[in-house]
Amino acid sequence: MNLARDVMTIAAVSAGAFFFLAGTVGLLRFPDTLTRLHALTKADNLGLGLVVLGLLPQTGSLRDGLKLVSIWLLVLLAGATVSQLIARTARQGETAK
Amino acid sequence: MSIATVFEVVLAGVVLGLGIWTIVVRETYSATVGFVAYGLLVALIWVRLDAVDVALTEAAIGGGLGGVLLLGAAARLRDARLSAAEAPGKVTRVSAAALSVLTAMALAGAVLLLPDPAPTLAPTAIANAWATSLANPVTNVLMAFRAMDTMLEKVVLLLAIIGVWSLASDSAWGGRPGPRHQADSDGILVFLARLLPPVGIVVGIYIFWTGADHPGGAFQGGAILASMWLLVIMAGLTDTPPVSGRWLRLILVAGPGLFLVVGLGGLWFGAAFLAYPPALAKPLILGIEVAMILTIAATLGLLIAGVPERSVKR
Repeated sequence: MNLARDVMTIAAVSAGAFFFLAGTVGLLRFPDTLTRLHALTKADNLGLGLVVLGLLPQTGSLRDGLKLVSIWLLVLLAGATVSQLIARTARQGETAK
Repeated sequence: MSIATVFEVVLAGVVLGLGIWTIVVRETYSATVGFVAYGLLVALIWVRLDAVDVALTEAAIGGGLGGVLLLGAAARLRDARLSAAEAPGKVTRVSAAALSVLTAMALAGAVLLLPDPAPTLAPTAIANAWATSLANPVTNVLMAFRAMDTMLEKVVLLLAIIGVWSLASDSAWGGRPGPRHQADSDGILVFLARLLPPVGIVVGIYIFWTGADHPGGAFQGGAILASMWLLVIMAGLTDTPPVSGRWLRLILVAGPGLFLVVGLGGLWFGAAFLAYPPALAKPLILGIEVAMILTIAATLGLLIAGVPERSVKR
């Protein structure tokens, strides 16, 4: 049982780390603001989601698990809002040109 | 070398590199962004040192609210540079660099010359934790053993807000700080400002409440409450209060005021200034902290809201 938990943790956290890496590469390499935002939000949403999913089997209690999940949900909310705001500003800047 | 050590070495290297970059980079805006990232990474270092209380404060103040203050300053500086561009001369710059290097070397020397093991009062603080019936040693030190420092810290916050207000022009004195924010009423910012504060207020009060036994406390909780207030202001859902408001001023002096009253009570009824009777220690500390979290949230919010700009009378 313990082994299965550890395997799940390692698999999910590694997958999350991969998405963070991919998101970072995208942030550095993509040509314009909107595509860079797209790369960045993948890291936040999927990367952090997978890391949280991987850490869930390691939590001692239901309370800690709920805390982890709510951290992910709050980051989702913040990430979605901020990327909307940045994208809107970027678009307004474009039409102003 | 274990994975933890490798992580710590990499973290220290990145923080040092980011610190140097923040100093060297020319653009004020980039330096500010670097400083915010630096603050968040320093918070990670505090977590590695098992100082979670400090980490929370560093992330909230050094990374969050401090970063917002610096971003505002950077924006103002960029506007000002267009009119009066007066770069400091070579002598000024070289002497500033020399002074900074000397200060850094003196600090590094002081840290390296500490006796090993470093002198510590931590065992005494833990041994006397029974006196307050609080389990978090940091809260014990802040609120009981070194309560004088904490009280004076709150007075400093008060002085800071007076300093900000004193920059107001005569016509705007007593008015509302900052510009009136207008946001699209169907926009995403307004949506967030309606959705997030209920969650943020609960989290802020939780962090304050849990400070008795776990990392947390009035400052960290107050910073979260302040950010919720600022979010609602920035979304245009409410306006900043006029700084001449009686209620606002009452909240601003509530924390240090109640602290001072309890301290004088200790002088009158007990052994010394700020000496709590052990039976009443916990309720007294809790009362002071409730007043303090309100003061801290209001002060931090108003510090970022800025100088009074709009007269109420108009």
